[in-house]
Amino acid sequence: MTLKIDHVSKKLGMFSLKDVSLEVAEGEYFVLLGPTGAGKTVLLEVIMGFHHPDKGKVLLNDQDITNLQVDKREIAYVPQNCPLFPHMNVFENVEFGLKVRRVAQKERTETVKKMLEAMNLEEMAETMPSTLSGGERQKVVLSRVLITEPKVVLLDEPLTSIDAETSRNLRNELKRINREFNVAFLHVTHDQLEAFSLANKVAIMMEGKIVQAGAPNEVLSNPIDEPVARFLGYGNVLHTRLVKYKGGISEVNAEGISIKMKGKLESDAATIAIRPEDLVITAEAPAVSDEWNSFEGKVVECTNFGLAIEVTIDAGIMLKAFIDKRSFLGLNLVEGKHVHVAFKIDSVKIVNLCQA
Amino acid sequence: MSWIRQKSPFILASTILGVLMLLFLIIPLLGSVTNSLPGLPAAITDTRTLNAIFVSFYCALLATIFVFILGVPFAYIFARYDFHGKHFLDSIIDLPILIPHNAAGLALLSVLAPASPIGGVFKLFGVEFIDTISGIVVAMAFVSAPFLIRNAQEAFGSVSFTMEKTARSLGASNFQVFRHVTFPLALRGILTGCLLTWARSVSEFGAVVILAYFPKTAPVYLYDVFEGQSGGLKAALPISTLLIILAIVILFGFKLATSKTIRLAR
Repeated sequence: MTLKIDHVSKKLGMFSLKDVSLEVAEGEYFVLLGPTGAGKTVLLEVIMGFHHPDKGKVLLNDQDITNLQVDKREIAYVPQNCPLFPHMNVFENVEFGLKVRRVAQKERTETVKKMLEAMNLEEMAETMPSTLSGGERQKVVLSRVLITEPKVVLLDEPLTSIDAETSRNLRNELKRINREFNVAFLHVTHDQLEAFSLANKVAIMMEGKIVQAGAPNEVLSNPIDEPVARFLGYGNVLHTRLVKYKGGISEVNAEGISIKMKGKLESDAATIAIRPEDLVITAEAPAVSDEWNSFEGKVVECTNFGLAIEVTIDAGIMLKAFIDKRSFLGLNLVEGKHVHVAFKIDSVKIVNLCQA
Repeated sequence: MSWIRQKSPFILASTILGVLMLLFLIIPLLGSVTNSLPGLPAAITDTRTLNAIFVSFYCALLATIFVFILGVPFAYIFARYDFHGKHFLDSIIDLPILIPHNAAGLALLSVLAPASPIGGVFKLFGVEFIDTISGIVVAMAFVSAPFLIRNAQEAFGSVSFTMEKTARSLGASNFQVFRHVTFPLALRGILTGCLLTWARSVSEFGAVVILAYFPKTAPVYLYDVFEGQSGGLKAALPISTLLIILAIVILFGFKLATSKTIRLAR
C-alpha cells in the first residue's frame, strides 16, 4: 500500500503548496518535519480531500483518489488536538467508524472490545472523554482510527500540548502500533525529537515546498541548505572563503578565523554548519591535531535547557556549544571565563557552495 | 456570595440594577396572581378559557414542528457555508421580529386569502387560512421562526469543523456526520430555540387576530374578555394568571425534559 503525492500544488489565500511530491510505503513511518506555517496541515487536508489540489494527483496503491469523497478514501486523519466526540463514551467513540460503515452490532461490539484490549483501554470503555487525561485521549483517538483498518494514517502534530512523559510514552505507543498493525503513518510535526525518534523516513517542508527527504540520519547529517541547517539545530552557521586544500583537508576562513574541514571544497566560498553538540569545551588547550579545530575564547552566555546547557563562546567568531550539566559544573563555566573550544574536522558540514 | 463582599462599587451598582430589573419583571406577574386569586377556580373550570388555552398550545406545537422541519436545515446551511447574498438573508431572518405583528398578519392575509394566487392554490387542496387552525399555525410560525433559526444557527456554529472533519475521515457521509455528531452536539441550542418558538407562538396576538380570529387562541380570548361589556380587568385577570402559571410550569418542565433528552441522545 503506497500513498503517493504527485506534484501537488494548491493555493489557499496568501499561502500555496508548491509542487509537492512524496511517497509513503507500506508500513512506513514517514515524518514530515517543518516549521509552523510551512503548509504541513494543508498538505494533509489535500490528501484527505478537504481541499482539491489545483494541480497534481493523490494516489493510493496506484489508484488516483484525487476526486474521491473524503469518506471513501480509506485514509484516516488525526487532526491537531483531535477531538473525541464529547457526547459519546470511549466505547462509542471507538465504535464510530464501524457504526457509520453499518457493521452488524454483534461484530462491532466484539471488534471494539478487542481494540480496547490491544490499546489497554478496556477499563475505560464507559468513561466519558471529559474525564480522560491527554495520553488516554490520544490512545482513544488512535483506537478510533485503527479500528477502521485504514491503509494510511495521517497524524497532525499528535504529541503537541502533551506533557513530556506522556509524549515519550505515546511515541513508544506509536512505534508499537506502526509495527504491530503494519499500517503506514504520515506524521507531521515541527518537533525534531519527535521526528527523528519515530521516522523511517523524513521530509523537510518549508514555505509550501518539500526541500529535502531521506533517511533520518542522512537528513540530519547533511542539511541541504542554510535554512534547513538552522531549522535542524545547526547552531553554528558560518560564511567562509577557501584558503587552501591539501591532503584531503580544506582550510577555510570565517571572519579571520581559520577552520579545517574534511574533503575538497568545490568552490572558493561556502556556508558551513556545525552542530552545537559536536563542540567540546576544555579548560586547557587540547593537543594539536589535524583531525580537530581548536580555538581559545571567552564564555559570553550560558543558557540552561535542563539536561543540557548552551554555552556561547567568543573565539573571534561566535560559537555555540551544547554540553551536559556535569561537564558544565566540572568546568565551572561562568560568563567571561577563558576556555578552549574544539570540534572534529568531519563535523563541519557544507550547506551552500557559492562564489566569493 | 463572596462577590458581594468584594465591596466593588461596580459590582454593587450592577447588583442593585439587576435587582430592579428582576422586580420590574416579577411585580406585574405577582400583582396579576394576587389580584386574581378569588376568580382563579372559576377560570380553571371555564371551558371557553380551557378551549382557548388548548388551541394556543396545540397550534403553537404545530407551528414549532413546522419551523423545526424547515428551519433546522436552513440554520445548518447558514452556519456552515458561505454563499452570495448571505448577509442579505441574514437580515431577512430577523424581519418578523422587527415588524409590527399586525403588519405581519396583514402581509400573510394578502398572500393567503382565498382570492390571492397562493391562497387559491391551497384552497384547491382544501387548505384555507382565514379563521382556521392552519391560519393560526402559519401566523404563529411566521412571527416566531427567527427564534428557532437563530438558536439552531448558533448551536451549529459552536460545533467545531475539526469534529466534523474527523467524523468524515472516519468514513461518515455528510448526513451521518450531521446525524451522529453535529445534531446531537447542537441539540441543547435547538431545543432552547424550540421552547422560545413555542412560547412566542403561544403569546402571539397581532398576526393571529388578523389572519384567524377564530378559533380563539388564549391571547385573543383574553383580549375579548377584557374588552367585553361584562368583562374588564376583573374578569380577564384570572385567565391571565392561569396563563402565567401554565407558562411557569411548562418552562420548568421543558428545562427538565431537555436535560433528560440530551442525556438520552448521548
